Amino acid sequence: MFPAAFDYIRAHSAEEALAALAQHGAEARILAGGQSLIPAMRLRLARPAVLVDLGGVKDLGYLHEEGGELRVGAMTRDVTLERNANVRARYSLLTDTGAVVADPVVRCLGTVVGSLCHSDPSGDWGAAALAARAVMVARSASGERLIPIDEFLVDSFQTSLEEGELAVEVRFPTPDGRTHGSYQKIERKVGDYATAAAAVQITLGEDGRVTHAGVALTAAGPRPVRVDAAEKLLLGQLLTEDVIRAASEEARAVSDPFADTRGSVEYKKDMARVLVARGLRASAARLGTGVTA
Amino acid sequence: MTATETTDTALRTVTLKVNGQNIRQEVEPRTLLAYALRDAGLKGTHVGCDTSSCGCCVVLIDGDTPAKSCTMFAVQAEGHEITTVEGLGSPGDLHPLQQAFWDQHGLQCGYCTPGMLMTAKAMLGHNPDPTDQEVREFLSGNLCRCTGYNNIVKAVQQAARVMRDEAQAQALAGMVPTPSTGTAEGGAQ
Repeated sequence: MFPAAFDYIRAHSAEEALAALAQHGAEARILAGGQSLIPAMRLRLARPAVLVDLGGVKDLGYLHEEGGELRVGAMTRDVTLERNANVRARYSLLTDTGAVVADPVVRCLGTVVGSLCHSDPSGDWGAAALAARAVMVARSASGERLIPIDEFLVDSFQTSLEEGELAVEVRFPTPDGRTHGSYQKIERKVGDYATAAAAVQITLGEDGRVTHAGVALTAAGPRPVRVDAAEKLLLGQLLTEDVIRAASEEARAVSDPFADTRGSVEYKKDMARVLVARGLRASAARLGTGVTA
Repeated sequence: MTATETTDTALRTVTLKVNGQNIRQEVEPRTLLAYALRDAGLKGTHVGCDTSSCGCCVVLIDGDTPAKSCTMFAVQAEGHEITTVEGLGSPGDLHPLQQAFWDQHGLQCGYCTPGMLMTAKAMLGHNPDPTDQEVREFLSGNLCRCTGYNNIVKAVQQAARVMRDEAQAQALAGMVPTPSTGTAEGGAQ
């Protein structure tokens, strides 16, 4: 199982990568961690004529807080988020997600930005990015633009990146006040795509009522699904069992999975409900609100 | 460029630093690292599933990063140091992990063992005293179809103990004053 032949260009800076993209246009694909692209190429599902490798772009491997955001460079590996103590303390949704993407060895090479650019509706980072209200930074010859994640993830394996643009960074807003989250995933075995999964992030005000809510689903449609109705329902509420139940019902309603060997449509829709409820309870427990997870 | 134009997909020479030795090889850009290593005569790196799942092909990049070498191109590895199972130990001088897999019967057919050893080595590098659960989790991307994993976990734990003891002995040896170095900082009481 070998990929189709391609030409390989190793970039040493974002500018070099942009130059290669400008030269080769739609023929070229960016290679970051390669843990989704290379398997797709081996199955000949992807046949780029040119690969532009970011492996030599050392200055895109960062993870830091700046301007009220956690900024994650395009070459930052999943494992870096997974093991970062600050992320664990303040961005629990991201730590949870980082711990269940593929398997531990794949996470040592796979990148967060690369996974988002791959835009697989069964990939875990998409729903997490929706729930956390992430923003993608796209760089081109004419400068940088910010793309809210809802606009970035267009469809299965399709993003709103224009030709000649390079995704250089994803930004996660730094939670203010009491914020916690949770990523809940059902998989047949380690390394499998989600049968169903849910990303949840909650911020509570002084009075214990929800001031921000993010709820999104993996493997529940042609792209990761934001559960708008659940987010609206949660706002201003205390995280009681009744509220959690009602919000999770909205997840079942909006989930639009396909049947496969992992389960039927009905089962997967119900698991979306169950996982949103579990995620809300886990977030509540992390926030110390007394609802038992 | 149009799809009909050919790109430079021809063979190119890469120099891979494997187990401390430079290996020059002619590869295509699409040559996967696992196959390049095996073509170089290093048959310890196994290809099992061919789908990035089983971990039989795990090698270490730059000493500490485990990577599935079937899901990485050889050209990507240029400029990095690669460690394969051949670089772990030798028949006359087994690495504590290899000795422990032997002692604990941590293998039956042996096909997954090189990948298990390399993944375990990476784990003990950042977590020298793991719980059984942590061992199971970190090795969850390495499949074994024989053992049922219990003896693999035992083997990793034995190796972890041996490596901790060795590290402690080395630290103590470093604290003993010698004529050439004088008393090391924080030296023996």
